[in-house]
Amino acid sequence: MTETAIPDAAPVRRRSAPRGALIGQVFEGLCFGAATLLLAALGGIIVSLVIGGWPALSKFGVGFLFSAAWNPVTDVYGAAGPIVGTLITAALALLLALPIAGGVAFFLTELCPARLRRPIGTAVELLAGIPSIVYGMWGLFVFAPLFARFIQLPLMSAAKPGSLLETLTTGIPNGSGILPASIILAIMILPFMAATLRELLLTVPAAVRESAYGLGATTAEVVLSVTLPYVRQGAIGAVMLGLGRALGETMAVTFIIGNSHTFPKSLFDSGSTIASTIANEFTEATSPIHTAALISLGLVLFLITFAVLGLARLLLRQQGAKL
Amino acid sequence: MNAAKLARRRIGDILFKVFCVAVTALALIALAAILWSLMVQGFGGLNLDVFTMATPAAGSRGGLANAIVGSILMCVLAMVIALTVGVLAGTWLAEYGGRSRYGATIRFLNDVLLSAPSILVGLFVYELLVAPFHGFSGFAGSVALALLAVPVITRTTEDVLLLQSATLREAGVALGAPLSYVIRQVLWRSARGGLLTGALLAFARISGETAPLLFTALNNQFFNNPWFDLRQQTANLPVVIFNGALSAYDDLRRLAWAGALLIAGTVLAVTIVARIVAQEQRRS
Repeated sequence: MTETAIPDAAPVRRRSAPRGALIGQVFEGLCFGAATLLLAALGGIIVSLVIGGWPALSKFGVGFLFSAAWNPVTDVYGAAGPIVGTLITAALALLLALPIAGGVAFFLTELCPARLRRPIGTAVELLAGIPSIVYGMWGLFVFAPLFARFIQLPLMSAAKPGSLLETLTTGIPNGSGILPASIILAIMILPFMAATLRELLLTVPAAVRESAYGLGATTAEVVLSVTLPYVRQGAIGAVMLGLGRALGETMAVTFIIGNSHTFPKSLFDSGSTIASTIANEFTEATSPIHTAALISLGLVLFLITFAVLGLARLLLRQQGAKL
Repeated sequence: MNAAKLARRRIGDILFKVFCVAVTALALIALAAILWSLMVQGFGGLNLDVFTMATPAAGSRGGLANAIVGSILMCVLAMVIALTVGVLAGTWLAEYGGRSRYGATIRFLNDVLLSAPSILVGLFVYELLVAPFHGFSGFAGSVALALLAVPVITRTTEDVLLLQSATLREAGVALGAPLSYVIRQVLWRSARGGLLTGALLAFARISGETAPLLFTALNNQFFNNPWFDLRQQTANLPVVIFNGALSAYDDLRRLAWAGALLIAGTVLAVTIVARIVAQEQRRS
C-alpha cells in the first residue's frame, strides 16, 4: 500500500512546496556528507600514518619490522621489540581474562539469584567505562608493590637454577614488566568482555535452554554444549573485540610495563608496547626520523588492530548481534 | 556404569558452578579494590585548592582548576562537533543510504572506528592540525576527542531511528511533509531520549581519554589567556594526572589521584544518568 502512496504524493509535494524540496535535498546532502566524513576520517588516519612514517619506512625498509634496535642516539630504529611486546601482552591478557569473563557471564545468565542479577550486571557494565588511566595508576601504585612482594619474590626464590621457571621469572622484582602489564590489561578488558558475552547469551531463545534442561542436562552441559555453541560466532567476535582493545590500550600499559625497547626475555622482564612507546616518546622525539619511526609504529598498530577489529565485526554482524 | 557416569556429570557440574562463582567473586574483588584505592587516595588529595588554583610546580601550593576548565572546554567543543557529524551520519545510515553497498561500508568502518586505538586518533590529529601549524592546541585536542565520540553517536543514532515505527514516517509523509521535515520534526523528536543516551555515553567515553591528548592539547601549567582560548596548549585533567602520577613528587601524585577520582566520578555519574534516561525511554 505504501509503495503506491508515496510516488503519488511526490509530484504534488514538489509542485506545492519547492522550497521544502530544496531544503530536503540540502539536508540529505548534509547527512551524506557527514557519513562520508567517517570514511574520510579512517582514510585520513591511514594516509597520515603512511606519510608521517615514510621517512623511517623508506630508510629502514622491511627490516624495520624485524630489527630490535631502538636507539634515539644513533637514530637507528627497529620495531620488533614493541611489536612483540604488544602481541605478548595482548595475548596473555586475553588468556587471563577470557575464562574469567566467561565465568562471570555464565554466572550472570545461569546461576545468579534473580535479586543480584541486576546489581552485578550493572556493576560490570559501569566498570567497563572507567577510564584506562585509572587502571594504570592503580597498577603502578597499588598492584605493582603487592605483585613484587607476594608473587615475584616468592616465585623467583622458588625457581631452581636452570629450570623453565627460572627462565620465565628472571628480571628485577619491582612489580613492573610484561606479566604485571598483562594482568592490568586483563582486569581492564574483563568487564567489557563479560558484559558483551552476557548480552550474547541473553539472545539464546528461552525454548532452546529450557529444552536442554528438560532433557536432564546439568547447568554445565547446558552452558557448554547448548547456549555457548549457539552464540559461538558472536562470542569469537566479542573475544576479538577484547583483543583489539588490549592491543591498542595505551595508558593502562604505559604505567607498568617498564618501557625498555629490548626483546622481553622473561615474564618479569620490562618491555614496551607500540602504544606505550608512542605515548612515552612522541612529544620528546629527538629527531625527525625518531618521530617518523614512532608514526610507523602507529601504522603497524593500525594494521594489526584493523585486521582484528574488522574480523570481529564481521563475525558479530553475522550473529546479528547489536553490540 | 550408569551411576558412575551420572556421578561424573554431577561432579563436573559442581566444579563448573564453583568455577563460575569463584571467578565472579575474583573479578568483583579486583574491581572493588580499584574503586577502593581510588576513593581512599582520591579523597585524601581533594581539598578546596584543587578547584580554585592552577597546577603547581612540585613543592608549592596548587590545584587542578586550569585542568578542569580545560577538560570541560575541550569536551564540550568535541561534543558539539561530534553531535553535529554523528547525528547527521546516523540519520543518513538509517533514513537514506543505509541499505546501499556504500552504506554498509560506512557502517562497517564506523564499527571499526568505534574501537580503534585512541592513540592512533591522536597521531592522526597531530599530523592534521598540530604539525602543519607548528603548535599544540586545545582545539586539536577537541578534534581528537570528537573523532572518538562520533562513532558512538552515529551508531546510537542509527539504532534509535530504526526503532521508530514506520507508521510514524508514513503518517508524516502522507500529511504532505517532505521526508527531511519528518526526520527533523518527528523522528528526531520521538527518538530524543535515545539520542541523549548516545550523547551521554559518548561524553563518558571521551572525558577520561588520555592518549590522544598527549600530543594534541599537550599541557599547560597555567590558565589559558583568555581562559577560553583553545588556540593555545591547554591543560586537561588526563594529561595532568599522567604527568603527576609519573613524577617523583608526593604532592603531585596526590593531586593526580584527586584528578583520577574526579574523572572516574564524572564518568560513572554520566553513565548512570545515561542508563536512567534509557530506562525511562523504554518505559514510555
